[in-house]
Amino acid sequence: MNIDWLNFTPWSSLAGGALIGLAASLFVVANGRIAGISGLMGSLLQRRSEGAIEKALFLLGLLIAPLVWGLFATLPKIEFQSGWLGLTVAGLLVGIGTRYGSGCTSGHGVCGISRLSPRSMVATACFMFSGFATVFVLRHLLGG
Amino acid sequence: MIKLSAFISGLLFGLGLLLAGMANPTKVLAFLDVAGAWDPSLALVMVAAIGVAVGPLTWARQQSSSLLGRPMQLPSKRELDPRLVGGSLLFGIGWGIAGICPGPAVAIVFTGHWQVIVFMLAMLAGMLLFTALETRRTH
Repeated sequence: MNIDWLNFTPWSSLAGGALIGLAASLFVVANGRIAGISGLMGSLLQRRSEGAIEKALFLLGLLIAPLVWGLFATLPKIEFQSGWLGLTVAGLLVGIGTRYGSGCTSGHGVCGISRLSPRSMVATACFMFSGFATVFVLRHLLGG
Repeated sequence: MIKLSAFISGLLFGLGLLLAGMANPTKVLAFLDVAGAWDPSLALVMVAAIGVAVGPLTWARQQSSSLLGRPMQLPSKRELDPRLVGGSLLFGIGWGIAGICPGPAVAIVFTGHWQVIVFMLAMLAGMLLFTALETRRTH
């Protein structure tokens, strides 16, 4: 294994992770809800959505985060690796997959593991595995 | 109060994603590329997030209502079904292609990159497709 020390950012990643954990904690402790982004979005896309205002406000906060960040500092680097075709295929798979799998990195990976849910542990193992495998195939087998 | 806490939660979540590096697809893909120049940073995001959230979520499991008097709505499903496994595997493939998952996708809509708009529209289409298929299945 070859670790990329130059791009390794332990402190900001730990601090950012702690902030994510704090946000998920606040949402469950105050609102009694799981901060799972795909679940919140999917629920709002359905005709009858329970607690739609709270869910929409959570997503609004998430949406304007870069604008709030921009008031105090320059935004961190955001670089894409895919063209429109890759982005479209990826988006479709993420949309369908997270709905069938009942969650994504936030709902299963952070909240689910934190409440020791076996379903979330299995889900997280699955998407981590296929994420690693996909990058391996695309970068090292197909050499893209 | 309940609306304010929802908004603040979302805002903190987004600031956390930006600070952590999760909002940068290149960094996410460098984390998923264990066979290349591996950037393990994002493992620390998970460790810190779970470390902070495990206490409050353990508390939440023992409550029937939240501090603001709302019903505690935790998932009650237990069975490990093919939908959970298949859906999560598909999600991971999409995540591995573009390096974007739903939270960061929302958090970078307003950063002026066309790529996230394409991804977001496709993701919403995927979610709507799921809803349409589910409605057909249950009717």
